[in-house]
Order: sequence, then C-alpha cells, then structure tokens
Amino acid sequence: MIQADLNIILPEILLACYAMVALIGAVYTSKDKIAGKLVWATAVIFVIVAAWIGLSGEGERAAFDGMFNDDGFARFAKVTILLSAAAVLIMGQDYMSRRGMLRFEYPVLVTLSVVGMMVMVSAGDLMALYMGLELQSLSLYVIASMRRDSAKSAEAGMKYFVLGALSSGLLLYGSSLVYGFAGTTGFAGIIEAAGDGHVSLGLLFGLTFIACGLAFKVSAVPFHMWTPDVYQGAPTPITAFFATAPKVAAMALFARVLHDAFGGVVGDWQQIIALLSVLSMFLGAVAAIGQTDIKRLMAYSSIAHMGYALMGLAAGTAFGVQALLIYMAIYVTMNIGTFAFILSMEKDGQPVTDIRSLNMYSRTNSGKAMAMLILLFSLAGVPPLVGFFGKFYVLRAAYDAGLAWLAVLGVIASVIGAFYYLRIVYYMYFGEEGDALDNGKSPVLYGLLMGSAAIMLIGVVNLFGIEGIAQAAAATLVK
Amino acid sequence: MNDSLLSLVTFIPALAAAILAIFLRGEEAAAQRNAKWVAMVATVITFLVSLAILFEFDPSNTGFQFVEEREWLMGLKYKLGVDGISVLFVMLTTFMMPLVIAASWNVTHRVKEYMIAFLLLETLMLGVFMALDLVLFYLFFEAGLIPMFLIIGIWGGKDRIYASFKFFLYTFLGSVLMLVAMVAMFAEAGTTDIPMLMNHEFASESFSVLGIHIVGGMQTIMFLAFFASFAVKMPMWPVHTWLPDAHVQAPTAGSVVLAAILLKMGGYGFLRFSLPMFPVGSAVLTDFILWLSVIAVVYTSLVALVQEDMKKLIAYSSVAHMGYVTMGIFAANQQGIDGAIFQMLSHGFISGALFLCVGVIYDRMHTREIDAYGGLVNRMPAYALIFMFFTMANVGLPGTSGFVGEFLTIMGVFQVNTWIALFAASGVIFSAGYALWLYRRVVFGDLIKESLRTISDMTPRERWIFAPLVAMTLILGVYPPLITDIIGPSVEALIHNYETALAQSPIGDAAMASH
Repeated sequence: MIQADLNIILPEILLACYAMVALIGAVYTSKDKIAGKLVWATAVIFVIVAAWIGLSGEGERAAFDGMFNDDGFARFAKVTILLSAAAVLIMGQDYMSRRGMLRFEYPVLVTLSVVGMMVMVSAGDLMALYMGLELQSLSLYVIASMRRDSAKSAEAGMKYFVLGALSSGLLLYGSSLVYGFAGTTGFAGIIEAAGDGHVSLGLLFGLTFIACGLAFKVSAVPFHMWTPDVYQGAPTPITAFFATAPKVAAMALFARVLHDAFGGVVGDWQQIIALLSVLSMFLGAVAAIGQTDIKRLMAYSSIAHMGYALMGLAAGTAFGVQALLIYMAIYVTMNIGTFAFILSMEKDGQPVTDIRSLNMYSRTNSGKAMAMLILLFSLAGVPPLVGFFGKFYVLRAAYDAGLAWLAVLGVIASVIGAFYYLRIVYYMYFGEEGDALDNGKSPVLYGLLMGSAAIMLIGVVNLFGIEGIAQAAAATLVK
Repeated sequence: MNDSLLSLVTFIPALAAAILAIFLRGEEAAAQRNAKWVAMVATVITFLVSLAILFEFDPSNTGFQFVEEREWLMGLKYKLGVDGISVLFVMLTTFMMPLVIAASWNVTHRVKEYMIAFLLLETLMLGVFMALDLVLFYLFFEAGLIPMFLIIGIWGGKDRIYASFKFFLYTFLGSVLMLVAMVAMFAEAGTTDIPMLMNHEFASESFSVLGIHIVGGMQTIMFLAFFASFAVKMPMWPVHTWLPDAHVQAPTAGSVVLAAILLKMGGYGFLRFSLPMFPVGSAVLTDFILWLSVIAVVYTSLVALVQEDMKKLIAYSSVAHMGYVTMGIFAANQQGIDGAIFQMLSHGFISGALFLCVGVIYDRMHTREIDAYGGLVNRMPAYALIFMFFTMANVGLPGTSGFVGEFLTIMGVFQVNTWIALFAASGVIFSAGYALWLYRRVVFGDLIKESLRTISDMTPRERWIFAPLVAMTLILGVYPPLITDIIGPSVEALIHNYETALAQSPIGDAAMASH
C-alpha cells in the first residue's frame, strides 16, 4: 500500500532528493563555482520531470488517503510550473553570474519551491495544502532577498516575508475553522459537509479566510500590496520567477480548494472571487499607468492578469477552470518572453529598468523590438495574438456562468490596461532619438524572447492543442 | 483552386510581409527599393488574383460564395466567403492597395517596416470583409488597429503620438463591447457561424434592468454593443473626433487607407451584423440613428467650412459623407442600402484621391495649411484639373459616382422620414460650399506666395496613380448598374429577411408601422 502511495509522489520525492544532494554536493565541493552548472542541471531535470509527468501520467490516483491527488488538473499545472521554472532558471543564469549573484543555493531553493508548488496543486487536504504552500513560500522569501548586500533586495524579502506570514496566518485560521465545522481537513470530507448547497456560518468564515490567504498568494487586490515592491526590489531573474511558476501554482491551488472542497457551494464563493477579479483588473490597469519602472509595471500587469484568471475561476464551471488553465499557460509564456527582454535591457553592462531608456529601441534592435511589440500587444489582449484567446476564454466562461457584468467590466479594464502597454511601444518605436541601450548578445535570452513571441503569433492557428488537454484537466477537477 | 481562392487573396500580402521581415536586411537604398518593389508586386498580384473572384462571382446567388471552412478552436471556425455585399469591398481593398504603395514611393524613413505594416494591414482588411465567423471577424477587425497604430505613430506628423493613442484606445473601447456581445451570441445561439446566426432569432422580449425599460430586450442591448464598435469606426457623430486627428497626423498613404477602406468596415458591419441579426433592435433604434446621421451630415459639414488644415477639412467631409451611409443603411429599403454601399465604394475612390491630392502638394511644400497655398493653377495645371475633378465628385456632381450614392440614400430615407431627407439634402449644399471654397483658396487666385514660385507640376508617377481613380469615379458615375447589379440581389434578400423578421415580432411590427 505505502509502495503505491510513494509511487504516486515519486516525482516530488526525486526532486526533493535532488535538491538535497545538490545542496550537500555543492557545500562539500566548490560551492558557488559550480552554481552555473547546477542551474543548467536543475533546468534539465525540470524539463525531464515535466516530460515524464506530462507523457506518462494517466487517470486519477490518490495517495495517502486522498491527501495527495495525481489527476489531469495537477499534471497540467505541474508541467506548466516545471517548464516555466526551467525557462526562468536558464534565463537568469548569465545575468546573475556576471553580477556575482549566482550562488549555488539559488537552484536548490528554486527546486524546493517547485516541489512545494507541485504538492500545492496536488493537495487533497488542508494539511497537504499548507505544507506545500509553506515549502514554496519559505523558499521564495529567501530567494527574494538573495542579494544580501542590496538594501532593496533585503527590503523586498522582508516585506514579502512579513506579509506572507500574515496571509499564511489567515489561511491557517480559516483552515482551523473549516476543520472545526466540517470535522475533517480532507477535501473529500469538506465537500460532504458543505455539499448540499447549504453551508454553516463557521464554514463560510473558514472559506473566506482561506480565500483571503490564497488571494494574497496570487496577488489579487486588495491583497496585492507586496507585489510591486517585491517585483522591483528583487533581482530581475527572481522577479521573473515570482511572476511565473508561483502564480500558476497558487492559482491552481485556488481552483482546487474551491472546487474540490467547496464545489457544492459555488454561489457562496462566486461573489468573493468575482469581486477580487474586478478589483484586480481595474487596479492593475489604472495603477500601472503612472509607472516608469518596467518591473513595477509588470507587477501591476500581473495583478491585472490575475484578475482575468480569477474571472475564469469565478465562473465556477468546468469551462471556467479550463479557461483559467489556458489563461495561466498563456500568461506564463508571455511573461517569460517579456522578462527575457527586461533582462537584456542593459546600458554599459548595467541593468536598466526605466522604460524611458527604451527610446527608439527599434532603431538599434529591430528584431527584438518587434518580438517585444508582439508580446506587448499579446499582453494587452489584442487579436490575433494568443493573449486575446486567453481573454476570450475567460470572458466566455464568465458570461456562460451568468456573470455578464463581470465580462463587461473586464473588457473595459482591458482598454485602460492597453494604454500602458502601448506606452512601451511608444518609447520603442515613436520616441525621439536617445542614448541607445546595449546590444544584448545573450543567445538564451534572445531565444526565449523570440520563441515566446513566435508562440504568441503562431498559436492563433490552434493554441498548440492545449485546449483539449486543458479541457480534460478541468474535467477531472469539476465533475 | 476555387476552394481556397479567398485565403489565397487574403494571405498573399501577409506572405510578402513575412518575406520582407525575414529576408530583407539593411536600410541602404537597394534594400529600400527592394522593399517597395516586393510590396508593389505583392499588392498587384493580390489585385489580379482577386479579379478572379469578381469574374466568377454570380450576382444572382444571394448566398455566400467561394466558401471555405476549417475547424478552429473552441468550436469556432475558420470560415471565409463573400456575397454581393462584401465582394465589392474586397475589390475596393485590393484595388486601392497598389495605389497606396505607389503613393508611398518617396518614403525614406524605415521603409521595410512601413511596407510590412501596409501589407499586413491589407491582409487584415481583406479578412474583415471575408470572415464568416464572428470571432474570426473580430480578430481581423481588431488586429487592423496594430499596423494602423504604428503607421500613424511612426510615420505620422507632429502630433502623431496623441493621434495614434487616441485612434487606438477609442476604437479598442468601441470594439471590446462588441466582443462581449459576441460572447453572448455564442452562448445563446451555440455557434459563431455568421450565416447561421443570420437565421437565428435572438430574443427580443422587452424587459427592465435597474428600472430602465428596454424595448426589444437582448436584441437592443446587443445591437447597441455592436453599434458602439461600428459607430466609432464609421465614424458617426459624436464619436468621430478621433478621425480628424488620425487623418491629419497619418502619412498620406495612411490617410488614404483610413478613408478609403477602414471607414467602410463600420458600414459593412452594420449590413453584415446589425440589420440581419438584430432586426428588432435595429428597428427600435432606427430613428435615433437616422437623426445622428443627419446631425453628422449638417454639423460636420459646417465644421469643415472653418478648417484651416486641408486634411482636417477632408476628414470632416468624410464624416459627413459617412452620415449618408448610415442614413441609407437604416432607411432599410432597396434604394437606401444600395445607395449606402454605392456611397461607401465611391467615397473610397474620391476621398482616397483627395487625400492623395493633399499629399502631392504636401510632398512639395511640407505644409497642409490652406493659407500657405493659392494660385497653384498657374504652376500646376494638371494638378488643378485633377483636384477640380475630385472636388466636384466630392460635392456630388451628376456624372461622378459621388452623385449616385448621395441621391440614392436621400431617396431611400425620403420614404422613411421626409424631415431627415430634407436636412440631409441641405448637407449637399454645404458640401459644395466647403469643397469649392477650399478649391478656390488653394488653386485659384494669383500666385503671390514666394515659396510657391518654384513648385512643380505632378510627376508621371503621380499622374498614373490618379488615372485609375478618375476612371472609376467617372465609370461608376455614368453607369451605376456596374455596382447595383452585383449588390442588388443580396441587398434585396437582406431587406426581405429583415422585414420578415420584423413582421414576426410585435415590437418590430410596431416600430415598422411608425415609419
């Protein structure tokens, strides 16, 4: 019996073992000198594990009495997390090593946080959920303050930690209420306690607190305050990591808790999620207008995007979950390309994050400027780019679920949001002649940027078939 | 061949754009010349291939022809086809584009990107007129904003940034509401196939929301959502203010495309979506739209009178002429709609030519101020002749295509509402006022401006650009059946369906009876 259980969580176990072996190995050998190789090795392992999970996984299996689920939904999220984490790792390697930031703990911590995320998306119990979440969060707090000599980075890590601890507290408090009123921490038990369309007040309180805690993790308004500061303060490769894999994990976890544990009382949480969605979309759109720092701008952009993903969740249907998964996969791809671009923004070897420095970038780097142009319009949700389809899915999910008002507000926010993406286009293409940025030569960044732009363009044909996969994944979650 | 003729026509320009983007390197003279020639050859080939559509098109068949269909995402389809209403817009696009490229021969600033933008724009515009799937239509319709935004922003005039942002955000806001309506239609009808949606009856029972009684119910709401998009695109008064800015700042070729083709998307949208899919909503709002149209005709004509910038004047005149189009469409009878389509096509040639006329002297003097000119006839007789011809066509002189469209739309609306027809007819007089006055100030009089003493007449290249436009304006002016024979049967079917749908609905019936 235990053998079968362990078999199910074999990928997580192996990754955790790898992290420990890598840690010990590096400590006892040449420490930071092998960090570069370790980053590549970790990325390769992520890709292998992703391929393994994606290709071999089949059916639905539960381990440890339902504490841990291996189903289509979890696999979709895991593959997205692993691939995006791999892309982000190799993306930042050159940047960090040139600035002496590349420590061997970095890939190890990323691996551990990825293990945490994998547990999160598979959780079938509030305990497993919390364990995964904390493993992820604690690793992220440390990564955020990786750059010990930088006050900004330390500040970012500190803020993230204090607010993150607060949200974990909210989440735990909610979990204890749910446990108290449902008598179990297992999702299977909770859904029975809250299954007949009626939910007791205590359970509702618990649900609300859990939703608040998770909203913090996906940086939905009004729990978003940490995002801009952390994004700006953390070294750029780490910001890129924050913007991608953890967001997917938190969003998937959100969907899992709400559907697996509270799927019977959709009406009770739908309003909460819809409200979070509206606030995130509008705040993300409006607050980004005044930003001049591209990392801060991307923080608000990600808040807005989380709002759209939450719109799919608010629908409370299988199609909504499908829309959410597709949206997150598209979001992650766009962000990897965008951050590859941001990482390549340098002047005399120093990183630049002011968007005004992009003045007439298209003059000096027409290929990269064009790729960034595609990504920006995709982020804004302008067809025919793939970003539009993400929005179309969630709009449709919201409308079908009777949330037409949410869909209308969503598209209005997307027009406001388009403004700041256009502003970057304006600097790159319309601006006056200024001092040019360096001609970045990193083939990795170039490849990721171009690849992600090409996906945005070519994906219009059939979204690379993820529609069917996401549909099957959503079907395993919402029955 | 016939199965994918439309795709072929649509994607030849995009293919050429891809070739330019991938293979063409450098900014030196040779690369610039190559870019221009690739664009020219591609647009000419597109035009020649599109002639096959015109020749094989069967006007007596009111259904969609050359239909091609492939599965896409989410139950959406990649479906193209043309009918009598859309086929001529396709022809207008492929006809205008080589002229637009030819008019851009003097561009020296980032020629490669310029040509790529125009080629992509052509693909997207053609897609709009051919798409037979709601979302596919939206995709082409919206995507056109990207190249146009760049065209205005990169190659535009002094205030190009303001104009490009205004253009993009204005039109984007209009169309996202349409997107929500499309999602609603998808949800209600279960399909996004345009021919099937035309046969679907959307709910038209009145209901109240937040205490507001909505006559025509869902149909009215969805009509308004589409209206938000098409009215901005048309543009109709009072949401026309982006157009003068965009026109003034856009480079000459950009203005030509904007006036000749992009504005037609709004009118086309009304004919393809609003009337056939929401007949009750249309009938409920007919009076409202007719009054908006006539306000546009009179008000913008008066505004045009006081303009000091030539392009702005012509832009306002475009808004006025588009007023006739919406008026004709919502008169919803054979003359009205025939006239509206005729007016759109003829306005495509005439306003395109007028912007080219401005471009000719702008290239020489680098100003569009009317006051900076005067007495051009002394140095530029050929130019004076061509400008005169298109001024007259713009005024609607009988014998030019401008007359036919205005006459038919006024005749159509006369049967619905005589007051509207009366005011609209006064617009004809105003248009004679501003157009002739502009002509007099620019071309006639003594040549007293020192800077104009050395101005040269049109080059052969410029003359050749105008030749096809003059020919089309004249031919359509003296023999309108060339167009009405093709559009007639489809328009008739459209009106028939519209009236049948109204007769079946109590609200629609009442709205009809009130006219």
